Amino acid sequence: MTAVRSSTPAIPLSRTPSPGRTAEGGWHRTLRRFRRNPLSVLGALIVAFFVLVALLAPFLAHPTERNPFMIPHTGYASDPHPPGPGHPFGTTEEQFDLYYGVVWGTRTAFVVALSVVATAVAVALVLGSISGYYGGPLDELVMRVTDIFLAFPGLILAVVIVAVLGQSVRNAVIAIAVVEWPSYTRLLRGEFLRVRDMEYVQAAQALGGGDLHIITRHVIPNTIYPMLILASLNMGGIVITFAALSFLGLGAPIGYADWGQLISLSHNWIVGTAGDPFTFWYTLIVPGTAIFLFVLGWNLLGDAFRDVFDPRLQGSR
Amino acid sequence: MTGFILRRLLLLPFVALGVSVLIFSLLQFLTPAMRASLYIHDPKQLNALPDIIRKYHLDQPAYVQYWDWLTQVAHGDLGWSETAREPVADAIRGYFPATLELGVYSFACILALGIWLGTQSAVHKDRLLDHISRFTSISGASLPTFVWGLLLLMVFYGHFGWFPPDRLSLAAGLAVRSPAFHPYTGLMTVDALLNGQWWIFWDALRHLVLPVATLTYFLTAVLVRITRSSMLETLRTDYVRTARAKGLAQRTVVDKHARRNALIPVITLAGLLFVGLLAGVVITETVFNYPGIGRWGVNASQQLDIPAVTGFALIFSGLLVLGNLCADVLYALVDPRIRLQ
Repeated sequence: MTAVRSSTPAIPLSRTPSPGRTAEGGWHRTLRRFRRNPLSVLGALIVAFFVLVALLAPFLAHPTERNPFMIPHTGYASDPHPPGPGHPFGTTEEQFDLYYGVVWGTRTAFVVALSVVATAVAVALVLGSISGYYGGPLDELVMRVTDIFLAFPGLILAVVIVAVLGQSVRNAVIAIAVVEWPSYTRLLRGEFLRVRDMEYVQAAQALGGGDLHIITRHVIPNTIYPMLILASLNMGGIVITFAALSFLGLGAPIGYADWGQLISLSHNWIVGTAGDPFTFWYTLIVPGTAIFLFVLGWNLLGDAFRDVFDPRLQGSR
Repeated sequence: MTGFILRRLLLLPFVALGVSVLIFSLLQFLTPAMRASLYIHDPKQLNALPDIIRKYHLDQPAYVQYWDWLTQVAHGDLGWSETAREPVADAIRGYFPATLELGVYSFACILALGIWLGTQSAVHKDRLLDHISRFTSISGASLPTFVWGLLLLMVFYGHFGWFPPDRLSLAAGLAVRSPAFHPYTGLMTVDALLNGQWWIFWDALRHLVLPVATLTYFLTAVLVRITRSSMLETLRTDYVRTARAKGLAQRTVVDKHARRNALIPVITLAGLLFVGLLAGVVITETVFNYPGIGRWGVNASQQLDIPAVTGFALIFSGLLVLGNLCADVLYALVDPRIRLQ
């Protein structure tokens, strides 16, 4: 159907294409562009899989502790146990069940990534709109502050912040949000500058619309797609940073269902027993695969979103 | 040019001030007792808590503490690091050469491999090598540093026993600490050569292989991507076509004509690469138990060793300003069309 329509020359000639038809055509084109790249489809499938796992976590791995994010463990035996009955992926040191940790770790990953994005977007909406809409010295100040934050390596800033605030999941989320807000603020400010002088905004001003009304009803809805692209490209990076904090002992506490935490528990078991050097392979490979696939999925999906929603960037790859 | 460099160097104290203010404002979330607990090692000392708080002025308002700290720093005293059990300045001096050594070797490997692979990838576009390098760079962006580092350790230390973690083996470590061994630079490989101790050189090199490989894998991915797209663009230009039309050999066209110009945008990336290297060093040193600034900073962070964390943040922000400055200067040197102001 779409192929027929795109080949008819009548569309570009007609002065007033009906809005319903172009919207549908646009949507079809978007989907077609998305499906053309097998990597995009792969990314979407991986992310969909993780969404399902996160949603179905209580059914896939039944929680026994009061806090479902704490991994149940039977006994305190120090050496990891290989996959077997009761523990499909094996256990880490101190007998934390890897299967439970990976399943609920998916939820942790989504909770952390979405909280960071939500916080960063909230800050960006306030600072970015003030900065982009009003401009002037305030804009200058906000931009110079973002410069300083962007120049600092994200992980090191996060490490320092968690070091001072103390180790907990909430503080790690705060630390990563502090690292992430500048890029969102800059993006939003840029979009504001682009949209601010467009005719429809001027029209809204001429009709007597207040600043708040124009910002919330006319400008922000038009900056959603770029934010979506940035957020999807960012999801993987946020989860890596969080896992890195946990790995360094600055994120989730011991026993919390988190991939980075599980990987850090494997640190002492890299070298196997005398006969078999890979005795404890599962302690690293299981959580490592989970985080690799999660980040890969989001990276592929983010690339796909960028290609689909932002045609300006099409040729750049 | 000199003016530009001086102006950028003037930025250094301001960045340091900004970082220290940030840390001090974060510190105000902690109670004085929490901060004093660092100095307490056994329950008997608990009674001394109020004395410690008074001694270190932990109950004073934030600006008083900050002013105290500033005057202290102005006298060249960064405080005492409880995790390193020595003054912060000495700890930095002790740990820095190790990190520098790791960084320099990694940087050399990243540049060589990244530029070579990026060029080959562009020249053989859509062929097997190109696909392999593109796949590697996608997967490199998705695999966390510590997972890759631990994997390498599992295979090349656990299985083969070739490349151990840490910085030196026990015997070499003892030999280095003996009075006969003169530490000229603190860089183990260089010192070993200067002392004519070949076996220590090999030992140090063996310990460097895995951390360098870890850092290289991550940071090469970005470099390959940029070199490849820049090369593809250059290969399409008229002067390259002219060079080919003149009948020059493929090698000459690629190496002498195309690559030199294609590398200009790559240099802008050097600053970014430096930032990545600083962040990567923290994780890599922890994974490989390598005694550098990064591992010390992480240990200090875990134990709330605030003077050490402050020193760690200061040295990293200083390095960052210097690294970015070098990238900018290099950029102007390579491309005369660019004027620094």
